[in-house]
Amino acid sequence: MASKSSNKSSTNYADDPINKSLSNEEKIELLRTMVRIRRFEQTSLKHYQGDKIGGFLHLYIGQESVAVGSISLLGDNDHVITAYRDHGHALTVGMGMNECMAEVFGKATGCSKGKGGSMHYFAPDKNYWGGHGIVGGQTPLGAGLAFALKYKGLEGCCLCYLGDGAINQGAFHESLNLASLWDLPVVYIIENNGYSMGTSQARSSAHPEEGLAARAEGYNMAWDKIEGVSIYEVRAGVQKAVERAHKESRPSIIEILTYRHHGHSVADANAEKYRTKEEIQRYKEEHDPIEFWKQTLIAEKVITEEDYKKINSEAGAEANEAADFALKSPFPEESEIFDDIYWEVDNNTEAGRTGRHFFHK
Amino acid sequence: MPREITYREALREGLDEELAYDDNVVIIGEEVAEYNGAYKVTEGLWKKWGDKRLIDAPISEAGFIGMGIGASMLGIRPVMELMFYSFAYVAFDQMMNNAATCRYMSGGLTNCPIVVRGPANGGTNVGATHSHTPENIFANMPGLKVVSPSDPYDVKGLIKSAIRDNDPVYFMESTVLYGMTGEVPSNDELEDGELIVPIGKAKVKREGTDISLIAHGRAVLTSLAAAEILAEKYDINAEVLDLRSIRPIDENAIMETVRKTHRAIYIEENKPFCGIGAQVSSMIMEQAFDDLDAPVLRITSADAPAFYSPPIEKLQLPTPEEIVERALTIC
Repeated sequence: MASKSSNKSSTNYADDPINKSLSNEEKIELLRTMVRIRRFEQTSLKHYQGDKIGGFLHLYIGQESVAVGSISLLGDNDHVITAYRDHGHALTVGMGMNECMAEVFGKATGCSKGKGGSMHYFAPDKNYWGGHGIVGGQTPLGAGLAFALKYKGLEGCCLCYLGDGAINQGAFHESLNLASLWDLPVVYIIENNGYSMGTSQARSSAHPEEGLAARAEGYNMAWDKIEGVSIYEVRAGVQKAVERAHKESRPSIIEILTYRHHGHSVADANAEKYRTKEEIQRYKEEHDPIEFWKQTLIAEKVITEEDYKKINSEAGAEANEAADFALKSPFPEESEIFDDIYWEVDNNTEAGRTGRHFFHK
Repeated sequence: MPREITYREALREGLDEELAYDDNVVIIGEEVAEYNGAYKVTEGLWKKWGDKRLIDAPISEAGFIGMGIGASMLGIRPVMELMFYSFAYVAFDQMMNNAATCRYMSGGLTNCPIVVRGPANGGTNVGATHSHTPENIFANMPGLKVVSPSDPYDVKGLIKSAIRDNDPVYFMESTVLYGMTGEVPSNDELEDGELIVPIGKAKVKREGTDISLIAHGRAVLTSLAAAEILAEKYDINAEVLDLRSIRPIDENAIMETVRKTHRAIYIEENKPFCGIGAQVSSMIMEQAFDDLDAPVLRITSADAPAFYSPPIEKLQLPTPEEIVERALTIC
């Protein structure tokens, strides 16, 4: 059915069954994960500015509730794939700070042995399939992961994240058509931070008044648009889509309104030009997901301010230790250049030994 | 009397056998199922295997090939048909970035056992957009494998290897070859019970001593025809080596034939700039320079987009006469 999910009968998302079922420990873990993401990124930013990190660094700061809230809903047969702003998703699925930090430092101990960098984290053992650098390029892969689940007869889904800038890529539209046509259990989550790099939504996307996700109607697909600052709302909204994928094998688009405190990447020199300082400040003060969740948990008497401070300092210490680990780790060996290109070569199979695979020198 | 079947039938047999061999093999592409294949390669397979194993895709190459790549990361073995390999260009990001580099960027944690197959040839008067020969373009990318079989035997053996391979294999056929017949033993005639041709192995199609005509795809047939003329009219005994695989490439077979004949021409229907012949002649120059009695020559399609007008397009592609003419300049 092509319609926006009608799940807004109650706006008190804390009362949604999926949130009522959360234990205090689980609520604290959600907070801890968001704080760990933030401290990880703040630490990586410091080292980026200290010239220890190359290339790009796309910070997730301000958007943490999206990954943390949605991934907290997943089970053993559910999978995750995202774009290049991927640190938050990676830490949420359970990747360690050490391997993630070492990766941005380009070290051999990184999760991709230093071959992928900040934009390309992978952890298949945690059902996490990247980390993709080309805007929208991961969206057909997300449909494919869902296809594989359905093909194997597993009740699972794929959460495929993309930014609001990615919705104008052709590959995304092709994916939506396939997902709906073939009843694939994929949930496309548009993390709408308002800007595709330096171009505002108004200047980049034509869309129905109701929002970006409403484009789903053109593909006979369910959609929803939710406010991302609250973990409760993210969980309540995404859960409907996950259930739709699990029970009906139907795709959805969920647009989650969020905001990035920093620029598109750390190299974004205009981060305070295409957005006013006042706007950034307002989001930091009024829409910070960590602050919002912290206050929620304090109001619920789940934590105290002291508890929060402890969580924050522990996460900071963990991030610093990860940076030390990364700094002390060796760079990859030059000999590793030709590893991890062909499975058959890496595994020294007969196919891998047949014919010349590499042409350097 | 050995069994003779067409290239198309041999390819279909290979696909059919792999559908039986592994439940995770699924064929996806435009018109592959109910329509029986735009070029009838998959004819009858949907009827035999049903909706789960043969899936008609919408005209949406970036979408369905990218989808196949994603599915392959989770252990499915998609065999994607491109109605024309020219359409790979609308799926380029998926085929170049995602299939080729995910393994590297994940430090070896992922692999994409996908096959993308379809005809990659000119010469059929369909204009430039439908006549691309991208074997050099894809072979340029480490992480990808490119195969270009020239006869029924090889197309069957190689499609089976390609599907079982754990890396992405781009399998380039030719519409001109689909109707060609050749010897393909049935499985009960074979010691191993099945026909497998390894990727990365070239094949000497004609033994010779005076010059090596090295080629892939349909240019192998052109080379064989040229070899006959050279023998009959000029008493020149040409060896014809069919690369079969572009990447990985059978370097040993190339050097072996050059060391035997001391003269070589690379013939392909691809464009000249950074074509396969450019790669092969560079390798010969580096490794067998002292064995050469003449410069390595390259014969390619004309360095222009495919001409529609039938008599003119014919002139764009390598002909036996052109090969003979060029061979005589170095023999």
